[in-house]
Amino acid sequence: MTRVISVSHLGKRYGSTVAVDDVSLDVFAGEIFGLIGPNGAGKTTTMECLQGHRQADRGSISVLGLDPRRDATALRKRIGVQHQEAQLQKRIKVWEAVDLWSSLYSRVVDTDVLLARLGLEAKRNAWFMTLSGGQKQRLFIALALVHEPELVFLDELTTGLDPQARRTIWDLITNIRTGGTTVFLTTHLMEEAERLCDRVAIIERGRLIEVGAPAALVRKHCPEHAVVFTSDAGGVAERFQQLPAVRSATSNGATHTIRGEGEDFVTDVIHLIARDGLHVRGFRTEFPTLEDVFLKLTGHAIRD
Amino acid sequence: MLKGFWKLSWVEAKVFVREPMGLFGTIGMPVILFLVLGRVLAAGPKDLAPASAPPFNVAILGALLIALGSVQSLVAIIAIYREGGILKRLRATPLSPVTILSAQVGVKLAFALVSLSLLVLAGKRVFPGVMHVNVISFAGALLLSTFSILSLGFVLASIVPTARFAQPIGTAVLYPMLALSGLFFPVDRLPHAAQIAALALPTTHAVALMQGIWDGSGWAAHWMDAGALIVFFAVFTALSTRVFRWE
Repeated sequence: MTRVISVSHLGKRYGSTVAVDDVSLDVFAGEIFGLIGPNGAGKTTTMECLQGHRQADRGSISVLGLDPRRDATALRKRIGVQHQEAQLQKRIKVWEAVDLWSSLYSRVVDTDVLLARLGLEAKRNAWFMTLSGGQKQRLFIALALVHEPELVFLDELTTGLDPQARRTIWDLITNIRTGGTTVFLTTHLMEEAERLCDRVAIIERGRLIEVGAPAALVRKHCPEHAVVFTSDAGGVAERFQQLPAVRSATSNGATHTIRGEGEDFVTDVIHLIARDGLHVRGFRTEFPTLEDVFLKLTGHAIRD
Repeated sequence: MLKGFWKLSWVEAKVFVREPMGLFGTIGMPVILFLVLGRVLAAGPKDLAPASAPPFNVAILGALLIALGSVQSLVAIIAIYREGGILKRLRATPLSPVTILSAQVGVKLAFALVSLSLLVLAGKRVFPGVMHVNVISFAGALLLSTFSILSLGFVLASIVPTARFAQPIGTAVLYPMLALSGLFFPVDRLPHAAQIAALALPTTHAVALMQGIWDGSGWAAHWMDAGALIVFFAVFTALSTRVFRWE
């Protein structure tokens, strides 16, 4: 796999505040890589160092084989960026912004096709200030993609958007990757990271504490999952405690929660229910998420 | 990146025209003030003011207001663009920083020229026989003055903390310079300290240069003032490259 971004021991401080303490990571061609962590963890600073926007104090960075500071001009032509909470001129029209941006690069996509792909064709002549939050973000994605970059940086892309607009954006990002572009994004939304990212890096107080595929991280740090069902049968908890995959079984009235781990856990529970002919009125499984991994690794929830 | 410069300037010009208040303040206001004041002063009661000429050159006041209006608008736009991350977003493109800022200055100068043309046209209609100035030369003097004061605008734009403060700080710094500019009271009749302060302000040299050209003397007679405006430009530009903030 081709390495698109390579960072080792990146450090950056503002005065006496340490923004990034020690970050090392690799991003490979064609993946969606997410840097996740709470606000102030160092996500944006890391990203800005990768874009050549900030000078790192320590460590080495290579992006598309270039040094982001020394080769800043060459790099800008090959990457697309979207900044957190950015604005444009209030009264610039959508087509004017896309037209201006596409005039700045030597090789560009068909802007009409791009606007249609992002669902903005009906808003071509609308002023920026009249767009909804989701439309603004889609326009910023258009501006980041107008020159067919090899790598796109997206900083807190869906913060402040409603769930529907968020889903639309997620689909767009998946499509960007399908087109062969590598995506590096930051988010503090665990659901977003879990849905979109091939791999995530968890950052906390300027340090990377874990890197991996979301599902693999969940398996590694929070292997336990649960089956919750309702049944009026007696002695349910005791029945399940004998199963080897089960860690605990508790009953609260007719609601029973069986916790365990391993590939066979859910199957074993279902077999036992069938074997004993238990009459079950409700049945669901509960799996841990990246949010639980974060809580386990840092000791606090990400929205703290 | 000449193509980028023209594109950005053209977009900025369109965006500027779409804001009615900004457009009126920068282009319409100086012209209207010129016409109204000119009328009032010319038709004033004979026992209060000498009938021959107004106590100061209303056309130069109009021109100076054009320059100051451009600068104020530049300060406000830079502050708003910085706060909204627009400057940062433009810098993430292959556009050079100089191109981004030159486009803003270019648009302001172009609108200053439009406003000046309106002022001259209106003046020729309303005050026939008075406006016999060399318009090209006068426009050149105004552009040089605007350019010089714009560089001061960049220093102001660098130090205003937020977009909300840009307007009042711009007003507080720019317009008092008019009082010492020599337009209302000749500089040599000011107290000594005020004279020194006046010479340290670009507006004073702008007024002297424009007044000279208005009175028919050429650029050669006012090379000191033109030179001073260029020095102001160089000093303020050098200063703003050190203090300018993109975000």
